[in-house]
Amino acid sequence: MSVATRERPRPSPALGTPLRVGPLSWLVPLRAALAVVGGLGVLAVLVALDLSMGDFEIPVSDVIRTLLGGGDAGQRFIVMELRLPQTTVAILVGCALGLAGALTQTFARNPLASPDILGVTQGAALGAVGVIVLAGGSGYGGGLVAGTLQTVGLPLAAFAGALLTATLLYVLSWRRGIDGQRLVLIGIGLSFALSAGTSWLLVKARIEDAASAQVWLNGSLNGRGWEQATPLLWTLAVLVPVSVLLARSLNALQLGDDSARGLGVRLQLTQLMVLVAAVGLVAVSVSAVGPLEFVAFVVPQIALRLTAGSRPPMLVSMVLGACLVVAADFVTRVVIPFALPAGLVTAAIGAPYLIWLLLRHNRKVSA
Amino acid sequence: MTSTAPHPVTPTVVAPLPAPRRGSVPGMVVLVGLLILAGLVSLAVGSRPLSLGTVIDVLLGPDGSDASTIVHDLRIPRTVLAIAVGVSLGIAGALMQGHTRNPLADPGLLGVEAGAAFAVVIGIYAFGVQDLTGYAWFSLAGAGLAAAAVFAIGSTRGGPDPVSLVLAGTAVSALLYALTQAVVLRDIDTLDAFRFWSVGSVSGRGMDVFWEVLPFMVVGLLLAGLSASTLNLLQLGDDVASSLGLHPVRHKAVGVLGVMLLTGAATAACGPVGFVGLVVPHVARHFAGVDYRWVIPYSGLIGGVLVVVADVVGRVVVRPGELQVGIVMALIGGPVFIHLVRRTRMVRI
Repeated sequence: MSVATRERPRPSPALGTPLRVGPLSWLVPLRAALAVVGGLGVLAVLVALDLSMGDFEIPVSDVIRTLLGGGDAGQRFIVMELRLPQTTVAILVGCALGLAGALTQTFARNPLASPDILGVTQGAALGAVGVIVLAGGSGYGGGLVAGTLQTVGLPLAAFAGALLTATLLYVLSWRRGIDGQRLVLIGIGLSFALSAGTSWLLVKARIEDAASAQVWLNGSLNGRGWEQATPLLWTLAVLVPVSVLLARSLNALQLGDDSARGLGVRLQLTQLMVLVAAVGLVAVSVSAVGPLEFVAFVVPQIALRLTAGSRPPMLVSMVLGACLVVAADFVTRVVIPFALPAGLVTAAIGAPYLIWLLLRHNRKVSA
Repeated sequence: MTSTAPHPVTPTVVAPLPAPRRGSVPGMVVLVGLLILAGLVSLAVGSRPLSLGTVIDVLLGPDGSDASTIVHDLRIPRTVLAIAVGVSLGIAGALMQGHTRNPLADPGLLGVEAGAAFAVVIGIYAFGVQDLTGYAWFSLAGAGLAAAAVFAIGSTRGGPDPVSLVLAGTAVSALLYALTQAVVLRDIDTLDAFRFWSVGSVSGRGMDVFWEVLPFMVVGLLLAGLSASTLNLLQLGDDVASSLGLHPVRHKAVGVLGVMLLTGAATAACGPVGFVGLVVPHVARHFAGVDYRWVIPYSGLIGGVLVVVADVVGRVVVRPGELQVGIVMALIGGPVFIHLVRRTRMVRI
């Protein structure tokens, strides 16, 4: 951007370009809109690729025909029964984590305050690893694909762990109201204690259980279907509108708690709602696919750099989160020849991209 | 929700502001005393308890008895190591939070721990390294390379930029962590060796590991001492600091280099020990206020006490087994830290 050379100060690109129609005028956030459209385009391509490639390749044109109700029985089975559910889960988890990250990073005004640092993910992990390790003695401990225990028990344990941690976090942070920084610090304390519990279980466990827990801990989309997608969909349906309603208050929160209060933001209510939304989104995603820790941190930061705004944008974060997780699903299923948890691939894709954005930005600053 | 309604305006007596907390020499003396006491207890406690008198006797004159062998060959190395690691990580944490001006910054964020972990896994997997001294060399090399990469990515011409540095560190760490896990998941023998290294422990290390990492720690401590007073000025922002006669780029580079050396040496000595670097500076600020000339030594001493105590507790709670120091510290330190945060107004940075 060569903004610096212009004489006239320009509004921040995130604020938008003024659009006037007769007596009406409003700001169109042009860059964010472009990012959303571009992100949706990338997402569509990724979804098409994800649905068409695999052990049995189906041309993209056939995939589209199948989705619209055509195609032969074999294609219908593969696309609608096998691949579409998993891709849907990937999209929904990506949306949920992107949004949760944008919410907490805005709330704490700190890029490090992703939901993973608050202990919610670690609570979920402790619950799930507890089930894996403690149930491990009873002959269980094979792959992570079969068994009633983990279709019912694991997600439930993870969800319960996440909710318990979140409740504990809120109760412990409450002293005549919630203070953002105190909450984050207490979250750090909780997350350390909980992840130490998980490490203890892993050290104590038989090596087979430890390996199987390690797979879960890195997040995996393998074999996920409609039963995981439904709760995700409901959660998003409730919490996305809530987050959109919070957007105005979050803008004011950027100026600091005191200024926000002065501007008429109901601080306690807003903070509670932000927390509930972020925790709900993370808890449901973790119980669906395990912790994809890096997504909620990296996606809002990438979105922030693409839109050049003052805080991580929510909509762009959702779209980019979906792109990242679907891409990870595609890479794990199709590109690499051996099984790798999706959580590792999200880091392997997201981290270099963020590094590249940082390098580009820093070169510009130095030039 | 109780406090959403506007507060009624009542004429209240304004409580006088509490005097600002400051560090003091007596406070330092108390901490040093605690550290020595913790060290002595660490020499006495274990699967074979010794009385403090015996410990002091064999310390002053090794007599070849069982007690003397236990103290000199087993307990002194791990106690010395615990103190060194605790001091290094505490100071590294204070430096890190000061230089990034971010209270959530952990010294491991510079990519040091992830780099060390990746190098160790490569050492185990590809080179069949099995002893702790070998691990230490690999993790020193990995820590150095990763930290250099983070430094290069997170710097502009204006020197290391706080936000970029933190983001670059997190991104590099995540990438290295993913690579580490990718290796570990494909090879169960590597996982078996790695899971014990990765929780962080001071047991089973001899003095050779200590001598190996000591030079790095000493240089790191010197750099920390150099940057303590300038760190106070850097808190005001780069522009103010340079108008006061500082050279921000140079001082930040010195500080970050110190963090890298201290954290890298500590990780090499006993694996990744989280918690200390992130939490201890907050505790230190609680006692010493915001002046980094006090916060840094306080952080070091508190870190040392914390690691030694955690190591002792780990030896006692699950007899005859042992609980790794990293696990104990987080299990006990987590709740204590939460209590401290709840009870007091934290000093903000």
